[in-house]
Amino acid sequence: MENGLIIELKGVSKSFAIGGGREFLALKGIDLEIHQGEFTGLVGPSGSGKTTLLNLMGALDNATEGSVRVLGRNVESFSHTEAAHFRKESIGFIFQSFNLLPVYTVFENVEFPLLVAGVAAEERKKTVTQALEWVGLLDKMYSRPTQLSGGESQRVAVARAIVKKPRIILADEPTANLDAENSHNILRTMVKLNQQLGTTFVFSTHDQKVIDYLRRKITLVDGRLFKDEALTPKLAGNDK
Amino acid sequence: MRTLLLLALKNVRGAGLRTWLNVATLSFGFVTIVWMQGIYEGMMRQMVTAQIDTEYGGGQFWHKAFDPFDPLSFEDAHGEPGDALKKLVAEKKATPILLRTGAIFPNGRAQSVVLRGIEPTQEIVQIPGGVLLREGEALPGLIGKRMAEATGLKKGDTVTIRWRDVSGTFDATDVEVVEVMNIAVPGLDAGQLWLPLRTLRRLIGSAEATTLFVTEKGYVESHIEDPNFVWKNNDFLLSEERAIFESKKAFGYILYVILMAMGLLAVFDTQVLSIFRRRREIGTLMALGVTRSEVVGLFTLEGSLHGVLALFAGALWGIPILAHAAKIGIGLPKMSDNMGIAIGARLYASYAPQVLVVTLCVLLCSVVVVSFLPARRIAKMRPTDAIRGKG
Ligand SMILES: Nc1ncnc2c1ncn2[C@@H]1O[C@H](COP(=O)(O)OP(=O)(O)OP(=O)(O)O)[C@@H](O)[C@H]1O
Ligand SMILES: [Mg+2]
Repeated sequence: MENGLIIELKGVSKSFAIGGGREFLALKGIDLEIHQGEFTGLVGPSGSGKTTLLNLMGALDNATEGSVRVLGRNVESFSHTEAAHFRKESIGFIFQSFNLLPVYTVFENVEFPLLVAGVAAEERKKTVTQALEWVGLLDKMYSRPTQLSGGESQRVAVARAIVKKPRIILADEPTANLDAENSHNILRTMVKLNQQLGTTFVFSTHDQKVIDYLRRKITLVDGRLFKDEALTPKLAGNDK
Repeated sequence: MRTLLLLALKNVRGAGLRTWLNVATLSFGFVTIVWMQGIYEGMMRQMVTAQIDTEYGGGQFWHKAFDPFDPLSFEDAHGEPGDALKKLVAEKKATPILLRTGAIFPNGRAQSVVLRGIEPTQEIVQIPGGVLLREGEALPGLIGKRMAEATGLKKGDTVTIRWRDVSGTFDATDVEVVEVMNIAVPGLDAGQLWLPLRTLRRLIGSAEATTLFVTEKGYVESHIEDPNFVWKNNDFLLSEERAIFESKKAFGYILYVILMAMGLLAVFDTQVLSIFRRRREIGTLMALGVTRSEVVGLFTLEGSLHGVLALFAGALWGIPILAHAAKIGIGLPKMSDNMGIAIGARLYASYAPQVLVVTLCVLLCSVVVVSFLPARRIAKMRPTDAIRGKG
């Protein structure tokens, strides 16, 4: 199932200006390959560079050094507009804090990526309904984000990330604000997606619950790739 | 782009009270400015109409020595016209006016006046000269309301006048005020005493003396060459009034700026605040593939929508008020006198379409600019920071 190479990092470093003319090196010479259909997690202590790495893969930020190839394209050389188009077409993001658009209903939030991509109305309705069915939120279609629980909000965010069927979904601590039950719920949905659509998932997490679902665990320490291990998921996605 | 417009509409609606406060302030500014411009435009029109109807006609031929600002010039500023002007008068396309300085003695106190000789039967300007045809013991004289008030003279009163004839000799006689007329142009009223032209000519001892000729309204400037008289068109004649008027208008601009500043500041403030508070949302939009310039566009649109909504709201509550000002008018007791230009008792607002369009465009554009300026900051935000609500 793991065939094509879709994320390829070579000698990637990322430094941040931290004032006084000094720089902080958040990532140091990272070499990493991720293949189509992986269910991979980046773990490591706080500040080890997990989010930074995810941001580079998602073309939200540029590497200071090295090359970042995603889906065969050199992300590090993108202009802002190119990066935006790339994200629109190929990447789904899930954030720790859900980041739903507050004035939109659940349906409209999920619909938004399709609107931006210029999908026709009928097709949109069908796809959004499908995505909401996936995450089990059809009955909350017309609710607003403020009316949702944390678990429901994150499910909307998942639906929004998957609705355009991106090749890659990058999830930055998606369960950090959820309780155990909701976490499992979300994770099972993601495993299902991964298995049925072949979507590649890359997580950043501290959460053992997430780690239990992973098939590959990449440990970062202090901006360096410390360990890269294959796992046998303790928990399967298909159990109801 | 349509997506962003819809999102902008939702955001603006979602902002609730704040939106409506902005819209209210802006629409108040919009309507007041249009209203004020209507008032100024109306004033201007009424002033020009009154001046043309009662004083300037279609333009005037002035005696070469005539200087309306120098009453001393009146003594010599009269003469006989050439044949062309005479013909114009005979055809009733122009009427002669004679100006002299003199003095009146209401209640025994001396007061200087301008004696204005006018043909009682003329129909060129709207001066009710017909009343001067009355025969009586004293000479018939006509004054305006302001003059009546300033001198205490009433209809039927007799007053002594004194003048100098062409040879410089003083003489005096009695004049009976046969009518007090209501006239919009202050310059034809205050300090003016109207007499039949023939009488005034007789008093000064010069049968053909004329200071100026007023041509009929709509008179087309034909090149009449006259040794004594020079043509003055209405552009020239009205320049003084227009200058006074422009200075009044300048005051209006200050008010416009204040009114707009209120509305624009409210929008600016809302923009700054919402960009600050909605960084996370901005980051999310960027993560979803909306480009920076589109996000800048979105926020500019949101701010600008306040202006568009204000336009609609202003039309809703403003049009009845504006229409009322144009149709029913506004009573302005004596205000016209204080302003030194002729308006009349009621002022009717008048809205020039070009002025209206230009004004509304300028107002809307300033809302767009004020919305855009804070939104530019978004282009400097890093998506990674914005997503976390920073930057
Ligand atoms: N914009 C920035 N400017 C300066 N330093 C930054 C910036 N972003 C991240 N860093 C630094 O880079 C390092 C890695 O940050 P990163 O957010 O990737 O860590 P993380 O592994 O995701 O941590 P956590 O588990 O707490 O989310 C941290 O030390 C952080 O302080
Ligand atoms: Mg992180």
